[in-house]
Amino acid sequence: MTEETLWSLLQEVKDPEIPAISLVEMGMVNKAVVEDGIVRIEVLPTFVGCPALEIMKRNISEIVGAAEGVKEVHVQFVFEPAWTSDRISEVGREKLKTFGIAPPPDLLQIEESFEAACPFCGSSQTRLDNLFGPAACRSILYCESCKNPFEAMKPV
Amino acid sequence: MNTDQKALQELLFQLADDDFILAYRGSEWLGLAPHIEEDVAFSSMSQDTMGHAVMFYEMLEELGAGTADDLAQLRKPQDFRNAVLVERPNGTGHYMEQPNYDWAYAVARTYLYELFKWVRLEALMSSSYQPLVQISRKMMTELRYHLMHWQTWTKHLAGGGQESRDRLQAAIAQVCQDIEGLFSFGPHADAIVAAGLIADASTLKARWLEKASDALAKNGLALPDAFPAPSHDGRAGEHTEQLADVLNTLSEVYRLDPAAAW
Repeated sequence: MTEETLWSLLQEVKDPEIPAISLVEMGMVNKAVVEDGIVRIEVLPTFVGCPALEIMKRNISEIVGAAEGVKEVHVQFVFEPAWTSDRISEVGREKLKTFGIAPPPDLLQIEESFEAACPFCGSSQTRLDNLFGPAACRSILYCESCKNPFEAMKPV
Repeated sequence: MNTDQKALQELLFQLADDDFILAYRGSEWLGLAPHIEEDVAFSSMSQDTMGHAVMFYEMLEELGAGTADDLAQLRKPQDFRNAVLVERPNGTGHYMEQPNYDWAYAVARTYLYELFKWVRLEALMSSSYQPLVQISRKMMTELRYHLMHWQTWTKHLAGGGQESRDRLQAAIAQVCQDIEGLFSFGPHADAIVAAGLIADASTLKARWLEKASDALAKNGLALPDAFPAPSHDGRAGEHTEQLADVLNTLSEVYRLDPAAAW
């Protein structure tokens, strides 16, 4: 198997909590190498305590492990470099929006709030309702324009 | 085990146990927080904090101290190295029955602890142990959101009328009864600092005092002038009976069958 094939397989592994987006588009795959059928993949956790990490590991092993010529798959979580929200690709940012999640704004020097445009109507008339949402990586916002609540990826 | 290895393990237990026990106390608020948005927020923060504890236990596992799960679930209270502040109950009663919990204490304890954690992680970014450098940088990006959240609550309670303000100030005083325990590195303090693992206790305390005083002053609140010696030195394995209760509850299922796969 070539590295190119490996990366295209990894494109099939989706974020368990946001199935519209792949781990590659999330910028979570740091390295993927293959040598004599032995695959080594380095994954950058978004949040340290994210409960989806083990599911991602298993999904990678299943999808990559099923490919022809693969003998072993080793998935390792690393913190060097640290995952940051600006690692999400342009394609990834668009896919987040179609899933109803605002992509992360640029990291600002902020005290108590950040701003994100509504993923449904595009309005910037939004307010932060809760820094914390249904997953560690997301906050809950409300759009004053189309009156929808929505989630936004936290800038980290 | 040589002195440096022992020092590293002791420090890792302090880091892991502080986060583990406080995350448990945070989780006891689930369903009891002032409103549903706070339930979501506090649970999310407790999950982060529990995740940090897992990372530290896994570092201990790498060093051959035992599996992360066993370290969290099977040790005896006297083997825990958390500061006593984090094991204090949330109030009287039990989360299942008559939970007469004190929200002002939750805000004061968690905020002052997380400010300490910020200072400690900042110091770990210059640690001689590389895995601690990498992980502390990552944890700080998460902690930043916790600090924003607790600052919002502090502002809210400080500006919420006389009773609310008095109760928050009283909770700060109560937390400060135990605060010195956070800065202790325990019986292996000299070896921990000599190994270059982290800055010494007085440096951490000076940085915390500055940060905590600023954070409270924004809302017209203040720290007490002096901090008493802690009633128990958690870093030396001295704990209140409440820690035994915590451990009995959180490891009840695990102890039924430690070999079960999860």
